[in-house]
Amino acid sequence: MTELRVEALSFEDRLREADLVVRPGETVGLVGPNGSGKTTLLRCVYGTLAATSGRALLDGDDLRAMGPRARARRVATVPQESSAEFELTVRELVALGRSPHKRFWEGDSAADLARADAALDRVGIRHLADRPYPGLSGGERQRALVARALVQDPALLVLDEPTNHLDIRYQLEVLGLVRHLGTSNLLALHDLTLAGAYCDRLYVLERGRVVAEGPPQDVLTPGLLRTVYGVEAEVMPHPRTGTPLVVYLPSPPAERKLSAM
Amino acid sequence: MKRYATVVAALLLALAAAVVASLALGSVRIPPGQVLDALTGRAAPSPYRTIVLDVRLPRVLLGAVVGAGLAVVGTVLQALVRNRLADPFLLGISSGASAGAVAVIVLGVGGGITTTVALPAGAFAGSLLALVLVYGLARRGGTMTGPRLVLAGVAVSYVLSALTTLLLVVAGRPEQFQEALFWSLGGLGSARWDSLLLPAAVLAAGTGALLTLARPLDLLLTGEEGATVLGLDTARFRAAVFVLASLVTAVLVAASGAVGFVGLMVPHAARAVVGAPHRRLLPVAALGGAVALVVADLAARTAAAPQDIPVGVLTALIGGPFFLWLMRRRPEGAAL
Repeated sequence: MTELRVEALSFEDRLREADLVVRPGETVGLVGPNGSGKTTLLRCVYGTLAATSGRALLDGDDLRAMGPRARARRVATVPQESSAEFELTVRELVALGRSPHKRFWEGDSAADLARADAALDRVGIRHLADRPYPGLSGGERQRALVARALVQDPALLVLDEPTNHLDIRYQLEVLGLVRHLGTSNLLALHDLTLAGAYCDRLYVLERGRVVAEGPPQDVLTPGLLRTVYGVEAEVMPHPRTGTPLVVYLPSPPAERKLSAM
Repeated sequence: MKRYATVVAALLLALAAAVVASLALGSVRIPPGQVLDALTGRAAPSPYRTIVLDVRLPRVLLGAVVGAGLAVVGTVLQALVRNRLADPFLLGISSGASAGAVAVIVLGVGGGITTTVALPAGAFAGSLLALVLVYGLARRGGTMTGPRLVLAGVAVSYVLSALTTLLLVVAGRPEQFQEALFWSLGGLGSARWDSLLLPAAVLAAGTGALLTLARPLDLLLTGEEGATVLGLDTARFRAAVFVLASLVTAVLVAASGAVGFVGLMVPHAARAVVGAPHRRLLPVAALGGAVALVVADLAARTAAAPQDIPVGVLTALIGGPFFLWLMRRRPEGAAL
């Protein structure tokens, strides 16, 4: 079990002295409006951005100092930008997730391909294994990339909007899957109700700063939604599960327009 | 796997057939039986034997080596810049090599060893310079798009071609125009046994090295960020492979001039047959390139006989339209 400890991490003016902990086996959600620094924080963790100050420690090892290969053996992610210029099949793409564990001249073994197929099964697109990746829909691509992160066999999974482009059914499946991998997870999520349902703790970012943290029911309050997101909302316990359910109210400007007519 | 073996076997067969046909056909027609006798050393000394072994064979082999090399370099460049419109000729690398080689000839650097060492070395310097220039120009502002890359390549290529011709004219070389034609379009007419060794060795070593790099090349196909998060140091890897690609290109260009479009067409065809993973793709691209250029040179040599059309003229005639076709039918979500 792996612990991620982010200490006073800053990147230019997009992220300011963020502190964050993902305890072993925990699923931690990162929420906040667009431009609040969620992606920046994640990228500093998985290594495609170099933080201007502060550090991110994985079980005490500085992720920056680790080098891309050693880092990729312990941290997996689903990148937001992915190229579709060349026609790798879905299975070939997913099998590339084994790369950090192999010597660079090694090909894919039968075990690697079996692993890729098993991962495709878990995300529900095994039937697409032999199809060219560029021909997939947005949601299918997203699931293929999640499968690739699974075969990477990480200790920490860092996902930026993993439910993007997904139908609601697969949003629930992907998040449920992530929770049951036994990895420590750090997820940036847009949907606050989903974040509340699937995360053990949430961190709220606003203009690059962490402004709140804690269990979802403590963090997701009408007051916080008003100050951070600028929206009026009711938060109530889900009638079946008890996790916070965020219900938005129509915004005041719309009402004013109506009354002026 | 069975299908792959069939593809490779078919290409080997096609290459053998193309080589024998190229040795038999030409201004003097030699029966295939005599060709095989000459090749196996069973023929008594005769004009046929001389034509086959000393005139045609080096040219055919050089064609195979250059074709294979250009296809391999094209394949790798397309992965490096993640764009299927990349080709050593279109990216200006070949023109850079030509300019470098001509500079060596004109300035007389290297004296007696000009043809064996100084020429390829000059070509290497030129190709590397062109590549850095094109890549830098296309990358400005962070993102590198297909059109920017090709435009930068064409512009740099033009400047360097003009520079090549200028150098030849200023130096008052007696056959300056023919030489300029050779360096800007390429041809295999100057092939000799002793000019074959270096390209063949560099092709074998370069392709071997690239085959061991098949996995990181595949990683690059998935995007910059995708490759990084799977553990590849993309900047270092890309720089190293760029140097390797310019080296191979330079040695080929020093022997054959700047033959275009083989590196564009062959990788595309090979990918359509065996898919994108480089472990399978590179050998097929190499064999396909060899077959393509041997056949093209045979056609160039015999189409308007006794006129010997430079093979680069023919590849450009086919490759230009192919390029346009490729540009129009880009796949969904592609970068261009």
